[in-house]
Amino acid sequence: MTGPARVPGGALQQLRGPGAGGVGASPRRPDGTLKVTGQFAYASDMWLDDMIWGVTLRSPHPYARIISVDVGDALATPGVLAVLTHADVPGQNRCGLELVDQPVLAEDMVRYQGEPVALVAADHPEIARRAARKIAVGYDVLEPVTDAVAALEPGACRLHPQGNLVRHLKVRKGDPVPAAEVVVTGTYTVGMQDQAFLGPEAGLAVPDGQGGVDLYVATQWLHVDQRQICAALGLEPDQVRLTLAGVGGAFGGREDLSMHVHACLLALRTGRPVKMVYNREESFFGHVHRHPATMHYEHGATRDGRLVYVTAEIYLDGGAYTSSTPAVVGNAGTMGIGPYVVPSVRIDTYGVYTNNPPCGAMRGFGSVQTAFAYEAQMDRLAAELGLDPVDLRCRNAMSLGSEAPTGQIVDSAAPVAELLRRLQDMPLPAGLADGAATDLRELPGGVANTTHGEGVRRGVGYAVAYKNVGFSEGFDDYSTARVRLEAAGGEPMAVVHTAAAEVGQGLVTVEQQICRTELGVDHVVIRPKDTGVGSGGSTSASRQTYVTGGAVQAACVRIREQLLGRAQRQAGRTIAGLRLEDGHVVSDAEGKVASIAEVLGADALEETVEWRHRPTSPVDPETGQGFAHVQYAFAAHRAVVDVDTELGLVKVVALDCVQDVGKAMNPDAVLGQIHGGSAQGMGLAIMEEIQVRDGLIRNPSFTDYLIPTIADMPPMRVEVLEYPDPNAPYGLRGVGEAPTISSGPAVAAAIRAATGLELCRIPVRPEHIAETG
Amino acid sequence: MRITATVNGQSRQADDVWPGESLLYVLRERMGLPGSKNACEQGECGSCTVYLDGVPVCSCLVAAGQAQGATVVTVEGLAAGDALHPVQEAFVAAGAVQCGFCTPGLLVAAHDLLARCPRPSDLEIREALAGNLCRCTGYEKILAAVHQAAAQLTGTPPGSAGAAEASS
Repeated sequence: MTGPARVPGGALQQLRGPGAGGVGASPRRPDGTLKVTGQFAYASDMWLDDMIWGVTLRSPHPYARIISVDVGDALATPGVLAVLTHADVPGQNRCGLELVDQPVLAEDMVRYQGEPVALVAADHPEIARRAARKIAVGYDVLEPVTDAVAALEPGACRLHPQGNLVRHLKVRKGDPVPAAEVVVTGTYTVGMQDQAFLGPEAGLAVPDGQGGVDLYVATQWLHVDQRQICAALGLEPDQVRLTLAGVGGAFGGREDLSMHVHACLLALRTGRPVKMVYNREESFFGHVHRHPATMHYEHGATRDGRLVYVTAEIYLDGGAYTSSTPAVVGNAGTMGIGPYVVPSVRIDTYGVYTNNPPCGAMRGFGSVQTAFAYEAQMDRLAAELGLDPVDLRCRNAMSLGSEAPTGQIVDSAAPVAELLRRLQDMPLPAGLADGAATDLRELPGGVANTTHGEGVRRGVGYAVAYKNVGFSEGFDDYSTARVRLEAAGGEPMAVVHTAAAEVGQGLVTVEQQICRTELGVDHVVIRPKDTGVGSGGSTSASRQTYVTGGAVQAACVRIREQLLGRAQRQAGRTIAGLRLEDGHVVSDAEGKVASIAEVLGADALEETVEWRHRPTSPVDPETGQGFAHVQYAFAAHRAVVDVDTELGLVKVVALDCVQDVGKAMNPDAVLGQIHGGSAQGMGLAIMEEIQVRDGLIRNPSFTDYLIPTIADMPPMRVEVLEYPDPNAPYGLRGVGEAPTISSGPAVAAAIRAATGLELCRIPVRPEHIAETG
Repeated sequence: MRITATVNGQSRQADDVWPGESLLYVLRERMGLPGSKNACEQGECGSCTVYLDGVPVCSCLVAAGQAQGATVVTVEGLAAGDALHPVQEAFVAAGAVQCGFCTPGLLVAAHDLLARCPRPSDLEIREALAGNLCRCTGYEKILAAVHQAAAQLTGTPPGSAGAAEASS
């Protein structure tokens, strides 16, 4: 494979140091110093002397027929080097993660507001933006389909040839016509959440002068991008080389393509490096969001609080194109009752096309929406039965050996009841009645000085999360690791090359830790992530430490075996009980046998391993039965809130979490995932929503789309449990998503407890609490 | 137009600046200082925070011309020499950095807070940093990092003043 034509400023940084710390320790991030000094090269920082800027013209309409496109005025603008439309896409004008159905540039139709229509390259970004506004697009505006339930009704306008249904998943278990002594029902809705990563979509495409291109880009899966880019450009994989540029957060929002093909098209057309950087407003249109959901639930139970059945109908609005909606439907349906044992289950989950913004992956992926519903139902059932909500949950909690609604037996730890009991045992914060909080900053409304405590009521709520780890339903989910061990200056050094995306979570640190533990070396270099090595799979589904970690471990084990064999050959005898430690080959009986550097000499040992977790299988289309998921993650939250019931303002006072992580590979990073995930879940409960009216986004800015600030976040108590999963490397369990799932429902439950209101819609807004809207 | 300013202690000049450009753009694209970040370009997230004549500002909201003749300090100028400034050191050590995109702005804001308020309480830190959005960390480790830096800068052990801030 050819190397990049030219390397832009800072792009190919090898990460070294900072030294000691194997599995189970919390060494510093190897990119930490670069990030605190401003030297870490994010995608939007890429720079070459002769680069030009690309911008995207997007549809202002959610649904329209394109009548005409006139690029003449734009092209005549001084400083403009290219204006492109769909006619300039040399390969297949379609991309997509699962179904390849989304135009790279719109042809005769636009199906959502913000759909890319044309591209401009110019020597200054403002010239490009102004030129884009000069492109005259004639639209025949059509009535958009904006209601996911109505979209499935007979006679609804069909947005795609196959209709408006993306996927209908049926889960059927037990008695088809169950009856119970106590029944509670509810309809719950969840608004559209944005990933709101801080680093906007960006990249730099550099033409190689031979018809190929190098792309430096912020993404979650280099190889799935490469596949789509090659198809659109009509090029072979060795002509489209990707390198991961610094990623400013992802959370699912970088699974689909954004500017990737666009920048490559402009670069190949102009022969110049092309940089594209979205601003915040464009970012809201430039990636998929979390599916809004409408969910009808019915829970039946015995009078003493045993669940008998759950039936549910779940509608997920996928927006205009498929993206990862089928897999989101899979998660929502197969895990839609939560971590509880239920003899009879009937769930119908529908993913639907509309003209709303496309929805796809976001942290929690289908489980976030259902958790709001099933946990609200558990509280409702507890109230109906006169039981404590935690007692009811514990009475029905899944545990090792339980059967999921898919028929899958949970075959590693599922400490659901223990998570809840541990939360109950944590101390509660002092209450207003105790005279504790008199500082405005600790009250709802904060320094806006809206209350000094009058009208404020406290509530406490609990919720549990349950989420698959890794790709499910038979997906061939693997990662590739190349590890090389060599001696440099008399010291052994490991070099790790994977294509697995570091997006902030700390995979690069874990890769180093695994090498230190397996190879007994301190010095581990992380090579830039690129397509020069096999696929690392997606940085999503809480899977990278498991799968890429497993691949790195496997490569290290092979190298270790070779090295130990070599040490014995050099010694001329068999030595029992050899291991690698502190740069040496060590035996239990003899201590240090030789240094690793001596055993290696001038040679390097290198291994490339493609590693898979145990296979899953597709579920039966009529019953949803099957071994769908490789592993489950469990977390639980307790939220304490103070609510100004007159103004509807909420202050989350405490947000405590217990999570089983199997093995805390890096305890500090595990806490970071739990803290950050909890914040995103809390945000969805009380403030975060992309407000869509008639298919149009009304709040594409951080002025109007609010995410939690440091003033909104409460202190968190976190307990981390380590019940190893015997099927996983080191016994680890994926960490990143579970806390995002349970924190929001716990906050919602606490607000219900404080106010006595039903609050079936998330996010809870002030007008829902003050009952003014 | 031409912009001249003292940036991180050095006299810097940028030519052919279009009047609509922000200070952030000039720093990032014309002066080779991309450390200040372009997360929202609306003055909402604080990722582009720099000192302008000693005052922390969102450089995305400062027109390039307003920086003419000014003194600017960015994240690239916080450390003296090769050693990290204690605030930078604390952010790495405490695990307050994940994706790191918010970090440059938070460092400048925390640096400014500690200059005004050497041993801030939790509530003081939360109020001072409320203009800096972070999407990865949930802010817990950022609080820890600011306390750690405060302890280092004042030469007092962590928790001796700042941790018991219920009174503040």
